[in-house]
Amino acid sequence: MPEAIMNQETYRQSEFARASDPSVAAGSRPNAISDTLKADVRGLSFWYDQFQALKNIDLPIAEKKVTALIGASGCGKSTLLRCFNRMHDLYPGNRYDGEIVLLPENQNIVDKGIDPIRVRLKAGMVFQKPNPFPKSIFENVASGLRVRGIRDRAVIAGRVEEVLREAALWDEVKDRLDQSAYALSGGQQQRLCIARTLAPEPELILLDEPTSALDPIATAKIEELIEKLRDHYAIVIVTHSMQQAARISAYCAFMHLGQLVEFGTNETIFTSPKEKRTQDYITGRFG
Amino acid sequence: MLPAVAQESKFRPTETYLARRRIIARLMSFLLFMAAAASVLVTTGIVYVLVSESWNFFRQVSLLEFLTDTQWTPVFAEPRFGILPLLTATLWAAGIALLIGIPLGTALAIYLSEYAPSKVREIVKPLLELIEAVPTVVFGYFALLFLTPLFRMFIPGLTGFNLLVPGIVLGIMILPYVVSVSEDAMRAVPSSLREGAYALGMTRIQTSVRVIIPAAFSGITAAYVLGMSRAVGETMVLAIAAGQNPNLTGDPREGAATITAYIVQMAMGDLPQGSLAYESIFAVGLALFVLTLFFNLVGFFLRRRFREVY
Repeated sequence: MPEAIMNQETYRQSEFARASDPSVAAGSRPNAISDTLKADVRGLSFWYDQFQALKNIDLPIAEKKVTALIGASGCGKSTLLRCFNRMHDLYPGNRYDGEIVLLPENQNIVDKGIDPIRVRLKAGMVFQKPNPFPKSIFENVASGLRVRGIRDRAVIAGRVEEVLREAALWDEVKDRLDQSAYALSGGQQQRLCIARTLAPEPELILLDEPTSALDPIATAKIEELIEKLRDHYAIVIVTHSMQQAARISAYCAFMHLGQLVEFGTNETIFTSPKEKRTQDYITGRFG
Repeated sequence: MLPAVAQESKFRPTETYLARRRIIARLMSFLLFMAAAASVLVTTGIVYVLVSESWNFFRQVSLLEFLTDTQWTPVFAEPRFGILPLLTATLWAAGIALLIGIPLGTALAIYLSEYAPSKVREIVKPLLELIEAVPTVVFGYFALLFLTPLFRMFIPGLTGFNLLVPGIVLGIMILPYVVSVSEDAMRAVPSSLREGAYALGMTRIQTSVRVIIPAAFSGITAAYVLGMSRAVGETMVLAIAAGQNPNLTGDPREGAATITAYIVQMAMGDLPQGSLAYESIFAVGLALFVLTLFFNLVGFFLRRRFREVY
């Protein structure tokens, strides 16, 4: 399709122009960054029935970087995260407006014509509470491959081992792969869920407060893991912990009442935020 | 204002109130114990009557004869007491019922729990539960007078009394039990599991089969066991549409009396109490009890084996 290719080219050129000239970037659209983009949220609004939970969000998601979404409870950060894999489509009455463009495909994934299942095949998600399936440890990790039509046992076994190693879980579970995933501790279950998400090689990894149900030691392990993964994947993480966001993210977005108040690099947000509300939130004066 | 000394607080309960509360608590726990004891007592009573009456029967008919003889002719001049004809008829009818009820019920439960919009579910579920409200005698005559003549046009060799048609009707009758219990189990699966499955890119059917059903397995087994017990114990439909003739058969197109049909037939006659035929009612009743107990135990162990805690 020549037209589509042309659009993509034009897009890349404009992206290039923005990246090379900060003034153009600042003028053409808000929140431009110099990194290669994996996704770009443009004027995104979202409604739960009548309630507007997201208001005209603009947010770039960098490739192979961690972008943290922070803000008080109810600010819309989880709602925004769940737009990236169209989770809201599971429930009736939800509505999107605007765009989340996935790159380099240059495809608006919240478009009505796009099948949400196709979107979820590209964007993996890890949830607040570990949610392993009622299956063996091995089958949990294999399930993402199996539902993509992969049957070859050797391929599946190879990939399961690979991602369990990546998730730093292999040594703890290699002798009991056929045991129920519920036999694992909470922290292990969460790393299992991360391995399950990694197995089919997602383009984008969405982490919805992945450590909020874990103790500090398990949290440290997950953060260590995210630090390892961030060189390979585009990661978006929602977190309540300011320290966590400061430790692991390259970019940070502060949200308040469904709006994106401020977006910037880790250093900007945590050392010299422009907005007073951001300053107040990260120093603990509200939220 | 804070009280000067804690003991002076006017919110401290009085001793009489505390005493009254203690008496009520004891009374409630006694009443609840009695309720539990009553149900155990009734069950033990039933088992006692079954076993003691059967005892007289088995003093005259050996257990071996009861289990292996192929004839059931209790009122003949030379009576034979082999339970096999009654047992096979019961298992035929229950088997056909499960063959219909389980796949249909499971599919319907999946549809209602995972596919149907809430409005559809709110209409379909009560309609389905209405099946339970239909008197079984109505189902019996429906099988005998409507479905059997209809099926005889397509199935050669189907007799007026047969096991096939009441088996199918029984399958419809157990549907509400199977659907409602297994749908409840599927809906009780936490939405975090459902979201996890969809987030991996699963389709609805993949989510249902790979995640929801394994997670709800314990409840689904309970549903099947309930359906099974109901099918084995059902009386009216079979007494009416499967005939009253003990018949050891491998062909469900023939009629044959089931255990329950035999019991109801004997109970309606005027058998002298203490006669062997009269006592045989309790013997086959005991056999039926053991059979359902067996299926319940199988279900219990299946649930224990595959139970998933989430």
